[in-house]
Amino acid sequence: MPFSPHTDEEIRSMLAAIGVAGIDDLFDEIPAKLRVRSLDAVPEQVSEMEISRIMHERAARDGQPLCFIGAGAYEHHIPAAIWEIATRGEYYSAYTPYQAEASQGTLQLIYEFQTMMCGLTGLDVSNASLYEGASALAEAVLMAVRAHRKSRSRRVLVAGAVNPRYVQVARTIASAQGITIETLPFDPERGTALMDALERNSGQDVTALVVQQPNYFGQLEDVDALADWAHANSALLIGVANPTSLALLRPPGDWGVQGADIACGEGQPLGVPLASGGPYFGFLTCREALMRQMPGRIVGRTVDLNNRPGFTLTLQAREQHIRRSKATSNICTNQGLMVTGATIYLSLLGPEGLARVAASSHARTNDLVAALTAIPGVRLRFDGPRFHEAVLTLDRPVRGLLEGLAARNILGGHELSAEYPDLGNALLVCATETKSSHDIGNYAAALRELMAGGRH
Amino acid sequence: MSDVPRDRRYTESHEWIEMLADGTARIGITDHAQEAMGELVFVDLPEAGRTVKRGESLAVVESVKAASDIYAPMDGEIVETNGRLTASPELVNSAPFGDGWILRLRPARKGDADQLLDAAAYQRTLES
Repeated sequence: MPFSPHTDEEIRSMLAAIGVAGIDDLFDEIPAKLRVRSLDAVPEQVSEMEISRIMHERAARDGQPLCFIGAGAYEHHIPAAIWEIATRGEYYSAYTPYQAEASQGTLQLIYEFQTMMCGLTGLDVSNASLYEGASALAEAVLMAVRAHRKSRSRRVLVAGAVNPRYVQVARTIASAQGITIETLPFDPERGTALMDALERNSGQDVTALVVQQPNYFGQLEDVDALADWAHANSALLIGVANPTSLALLRPPGDWGVQGADIACGEGQPLGVPLASGGPYFGFLTCREALMRQMPGRIVGRTVDLNNRPGFTLTLQAREQHIRRSKATSNICTNQGLMVTGATIYLSLLGPEGLARVAASSHARTNDLVAALTAIPGVRLRFDGPRFHEAVLTLDRPVRGLLEGLAARNILGGHELSAEYPDLGNALLVCATETKSSHDIGNYAAALRELMAGGRH
Repeated sequence: MSDVPRDRRYTESHEWIEMLADGTARIGITDHAQEAMGELVFVDLPEAGRTVKRGESLAVVESVKAASDIYAPMDGEIVETNGRLTASPELVNSAPFGDGWILRLRPARKGDADQLLDAAAYQRTLES
C-alpha cells in the first residue's frame, strides 16, 4: 500500500471542519516552554547514497572480531534460511497488523511462537512477545503484584545473581507503582543464591521471588529449593531463563513442587543477530490462573461461523485501546519481526537441534575455561555447574587486558568490576557453538602473551 | 426496555444496591449494563476484607469486547464476593439482579444508600 500524505487542501479542510486555525493550535495543551521550536542539533538530511556510504564505513570500523562476550546477548549461528524466509514480503513487518484477523498467516506464526515458548518454559500461556528481556522481567514483576492480591507488601526479592541491568529496568518501571525490588546476596564460593539470605525473609510478606537460571554468572541455581521457598512463603515465583538452555535444563514450569508461576527472558539467542542493544525480543509465559494478568497481545485459535479453524487476538479487553489508563499494561505491541525470525529458527532447528546448540555451547565454554585458567594469574571464580558462561578472576585489572585483546581483534569478555566491585578483577566469558578449538586457542595464546608481557 | 426492580437503589454508573436485613449492601450491575457489555467471560473479584472509598473500583467485569469497573457506591468494607461468578460469569447476563450479584459491602455509615438513585430516577437516566 503506498503511503499518501495529506495534501494542503485536505489539511485545510480537516482543520476547518473542527474549527481550528492551524496545526500548531492542536498542540496548545503542551506548555510553550516544553515545545522545541527548532532542531538545530539534528543534522540536515543526507541522500540514500551518502547514508549508505557512511553506514558501510562505520560498520567496517567494527571489523569482525572474535566475540567471547555474553552477559545477556549471545552469538549463535543463524542459518541463512531464517532471515531469507523472515524477510519475504508475506512476513516482513515490524508489527502485528491493526486489523489482525485479516492477516491469518501472521497470527498463525505468533500462535506457533506462543506454543513453542509454552513448550520450552513448561507453562500454560504465552503472549506474543515484549520488547526485550529486561522489560519482560519488569512486566513479570507488575503482573505478579497484580495477581497476588493477598500480598500487601508489593515487595519483590531477587535471588542472588540476576542480570543487574534487568533488575535496574524492573526497578525503574515498577518503583513508580510503589513496588520495591531487593537484591539478596549470593554465595561467594558458588556464585549462586544464598539460602541463608532467603531464610532471613521467611514468614514475611513477600509478593514474588525472582530467580535466574542459568544466573548472570552462568552458574546453575538450585531452582527447586528456591521455588519451594517462594511457595512455602506464599510468594509467586518468577523464573528468568535463557531459552537456549531450556533445551537441556528443566523448564521453569517444573521447578520445585509447584513450578514457577511466571517465566520470562531474552529471546535474542533464538536466531536474532547481535546488534548494539537490539532490536531483540522478550518472552513471557505463565500458569493459566494468571492468564488475565498477562500484558500485551495473545493469539488464540478458534473456529469461525462455518466451523473452520482460524486465529484471532484474544483477551483484548484489558488492553489500552479499550481500557485506556486502566489497561493491564502500557505494552501495546510486540517485536513481531524478531519473533518471526525466532519462530523460523526454532522450527528449523527443532528440539534436537536446539539441544545440540546448547550442549555444544556448554562444552565450548568448558574448553575456554580450561584454556584460560591454564594461564598463570587466571583462575575460575566459582565452583559448581554452569551453562555457557563463567567468571574468571585475574591478577591485575581487567580493562587493560581487554584493550590489548581488542587490538588483536578479540572481544575477551564482559568486565564485572562496575557491577560487582567485591569480585575484584573479574571477567565474565562466554563461548557458544560458534567458537572453534582454534578460536579458543587463539584467545588463550593472546591472553597468555599479554599477561606475560605486562607488569603485575 | 430493561427491567429496573423497585426494591433497591442505583447509581448513574449502572450498579444496583440492595440493603439486606443484616445492614450489608448487596451490589451488582443492572440489566441495562449487562446488555451493553455483551456476554461476560470473566469477573475479577476483590479480596473480602478490603475497605473501599466511594467511587473506588471494586471489581472488573470483562466481556469479549470490553472490560468495565464496578465502582463502590459508598464507603465500606467488602464482606463477601459471589464465588459462583468465577466459574460462571454468565450469571451476570442471565440474572443480573439475582444470582449474578457481585459482592456484599458493609457500609461505613448508615443511611448512605438513601442518597443513591431510586428505581424511577435510574429509569430516567436510561431514557435521557
